[in-house]
Amino acid sequence: MSFNPLVIREDFPIFSRTIREGKRLVYLDSGATSQKPQVVIDAEVDFYRLHNAAVHRGAHQLAEEATDLFEGARLKIAGFLGAEVDEVVFTKGATESLNLIAYAMGNAAVGNRFHLKAGDRIVVSQMEHHANLIPWQQLAARTGAELVWFDVTPEGRLDLSQIPILITASTKVVALTHQSNVLGTINPLDEIVKAAHNVGAVVVLDACQSVPHMSVDVKKLGIDFLAFSGHKAVGPTGVGIMWGRRELLEDLPPFLTGGSMIADVTMTSATWAPAPAKFESGVPNMAQVIGLGVAVDYLSAIGMDSIAAHEHVLTSDLLTKLLSVEEIKVVGPHTMDSRGGALSFTVEGIHPHDLGQFLDSQGIAVRTGHHCAWPLTRSLGVPATTRASLYLYNTIEDNDALMSGIYSAMKYFGK
Amino acid sequence: MNLDNLYQEVILDHYKNPLNKSLAKEYDVQVHHINPSCGDEITLNITLTGNTISKITWDGVGCSISQASVSIASDLLVGKTLDVSESITEEFMDLMQSKGKKSGNELVLEDAVALAGVSQYPARIKCALLGWMAIKDAAMQASSK
Repeated sequence: MSFNPLVIREDFPIFSRTIREGKRLVYLDSGATSQKPQVVIDAEVDFYRLHNAAVHRGAHQLAEEATDLFEGARLKIAGFLGAEVDEVVFTKGATESLNLIAYAMGNAAVGNRFHLKAGDRIVVSQMEHHANLIPWQQLAARTGAELVWFDVTPEGRLDLSQIPILITASTKVVALTHQSNVLGTINPLDEIVKAAHNVGAVVVLDACQSVPHMSVDVKKLGIDFLAFSGHKAVGPTGVGIMWGRRELLEDLPPFLTGGSMIADVTMTSATWAPAPAKFESGVPNMAQVIGLGVAVDYLSAIGMDSIAAHEHVLTSDLLTKLLSVEEIKVVGPHTMDSRGGALSFTVEGIHPHDLGQFLDSQGIAVRTGHHCAWPLTRSLGVPATTRASLYLYNTIEDNDALMSGIYSAMKYFGK
Repeated sequence: MNLDNLYQEVILDHYKNPLNKSLAKEYDVQVHHINPSCGDEITLNITLTGNTISKITWDGVGCSISQASVSIASDLLVGKTLDVSESITEEFMDLMQSKGKKSGNELVLEDAVALAGVSQYPARIKCALLGWMAIKDAAMQASSK
């Protein structure tokens, strides 16, 4: 089946509505959240209509069906990531996944491989989303470990020359984004993973902006933990994934404790179920998990390589168009080498908030502000930018609508 | 909704030529306010003479709404007593919360009525209030000194 975004758009009911009095919806904010295909919406509705029961409990047919659907989703996601099925942990979203890892490490007692103390190091980068920065800041503060980071070059790349300075014998964790939500930069992992493993550190990958857009195989990447959110990958809100290598999940203490994550409980103590149950206390977001299973099936049927190729064409087209305008400054790589479809830019004389408001009046949805990466935007000397982020349902026509919206805004605010 | 309701000429004029946008060296209180949802920032200096606001100067980065709003407020509230400033601020906040149902009393709010259109755009109300909240905070601190 050849890739046709116009056919794909028909799967997404939101594109049949209009915006601001009859305008065509030009949705360029998938980096914040993606739109949902009908099959995902149906999966959630069908769960509530036909199969609703608490999973992993209950001796009745509904509980059995719910559990089958729920565990079926885990199997699909494991296949999607190239992971083992018991390595896939359901969370409420990537923010919870990253906090889970950081808090669980903070719970590790002396003698546990994840135990952190003063003198240990946690490495992040200056381009992290707040969700992959603050949990580590807080973990460092609680344990006395030192937080250090990769700087970002003016072109928007990690400064890899810092590897030997940052990743040393005392480094225990390297937490990095796979693709920057602001710059679009896709970070090279091989060298960093190798350096981290040489010193016995684990690599935590924030894959929120990569898993929805390209083929990601956790085994091939050689990483240790990964987090992403379902809602950025045409799935429902309220569901995310924390993936960890099996032997690491065995040693990692739990974060949230309670029902269904235990092996045995007395009035004074408890022991833990094996992963993934150890990290899934309480009745999970079942309809959303099942919806995410359908979402990854939907993406797989189209093909992640086809999606990546389509986004490459769109990104290249929009990048060229943005760079051709003197008043526009693109923040992030100006070449397509290791670059994804998040394009942040400023327009001379127009504050991003005003530009976003103007584009909205034309039916064009973009994100404006610091994109939850304030240290990055501050370091680049642009407190706020406008971001267009592209996905499988976008078209060249969307890019042209954005460009024409920017030109109109320049006229409007230049008056 | 017409975008021109939001971006009135008065607003764009204040944005391009903001009033009092140069921090005075001498002041009673300096405050720094941030809009964490968008990254807009303002530093604002205030001086009181007795019970009256005698000087407001500021510097900051932000969108046309936030910049015009602080420009207007810094001009409108200077020379007013703390009580009058407080009541004008209340009236402005009330206008911002009006969801487009009020046009504002020009006798009290002067140029600030041009911001009435903001009340139809919930995401922008915080932009318009940034400077007013900074002035309110600074005035309160200065009066309790």
